Amino acid sequence: MGLETAFGHSYLTTRLDEAVNWGRKYSFFQYPFVTACCGMEFMSVFGSTYDISRFGAEYPRFSPRQADVLFVVGTVNEKLAPVLKRVYDQMCEPKWVVSFGVCATSGGFYDNYATMQGIDKIIPVDIYIPGCPPRPEAILDALIKLQEKVSKESVLDRKYK
Amino acid sequence: MNSYLLETLKSKFPGAVLETHAFRGDQTAVINKGSLAEVAAFLKGELGFDFLMDLTAVDYAPREPRFELVVHFYSSKHNYRLRLKCPVEAGEPEVASLTPLWPGANWFEREVYDMFGIKFEGHPDLRRILMYDGFEGHPLRKDYPLKKRQPRIPHRD
Repeated sequence: MGLETAFGHSYLTTRLDEAVNWGRKYSFFQYPFVTACCGMEFMSVFGSTYDISRFGAEYPRFSPRQADVLFVVGTVNEKLAPVLKRVYDQMCEPKWVVSFGVCATSGGFYDNYATMQGIDKIIPVDIYIPGCPPRPEAILDALIKLQEKVSKESVLDRKYK
Repeated sequence: MNSYLLETLKSKFPGAVLETHAFRGDQTAVINKGSLAEVAAFLKGELGFDFLMDLTAVDYAPREPRFELVVHFYSSKHNYRLRLKCPVEAGEPEVASLTPLWPGANWFEREVYDMFGIKFEGHPDLRRILMYDGFEGHPLRKDYPLKKRQPRIPHRD
């Protein structure tokens, strides 16, 4: 405090983690990996009623190289698994993954020969959203939880999973 | 007209039609496997069935013949519908392809091949349509293990 007033409020002091994470958590560029009906609920979050841009995460990047958060929305089957893995591998660190709906989380009721029983079989997941499909409020809740998680991370030794 | 189609088939192919039944206007003829191509050509050429609506199969294991091919036809000219069933034995199941007559049968037959392992003689491009290359077995067969998974990439633990 004393330091800042001595220089006439021209700068402020903080911790590196606080500053970087503050920037990260309010400017997620997300990659929507949308495969099924959950996508309809996901799209509604971008409309004016729910308005995900209030949280700074409204900007979808359709190149994984430019994205921070991977939203896996809908059923992922074994045939598609290498595609999802490749999209994840192409994202730059730091990166986070949100599993949207029961199918992405656990396979849901598709307990059969074709469906992968949860995307965490191939990629690490930060936030799981339950529901079939989840309400838009649940997506906003998940985003806020992800922001809380990001704000607790350490910039220097972020765990590379 | 209720059994006109079935009567016509029975009189035209006395050796091929194993059984017929009609229920509330749904007419079904069960024919033997060897006559499928011949009967189908007759349906298209003489009876005006210009549309193959659906082609699928059922696994009745352990019954023998184990499989049954089920084909639904529609005539847009006469507004007739007809269902053909065709018992197929296990072992090396193979039936005549209907793709030369109705090009729309192409992907249906690929799906039946993929799911049940029934081969179609004369199909132009018989390979899996839903499952991926390297998938072993035919998942809709009753003896396919319920919990069997065939991942394409290794799962992390």
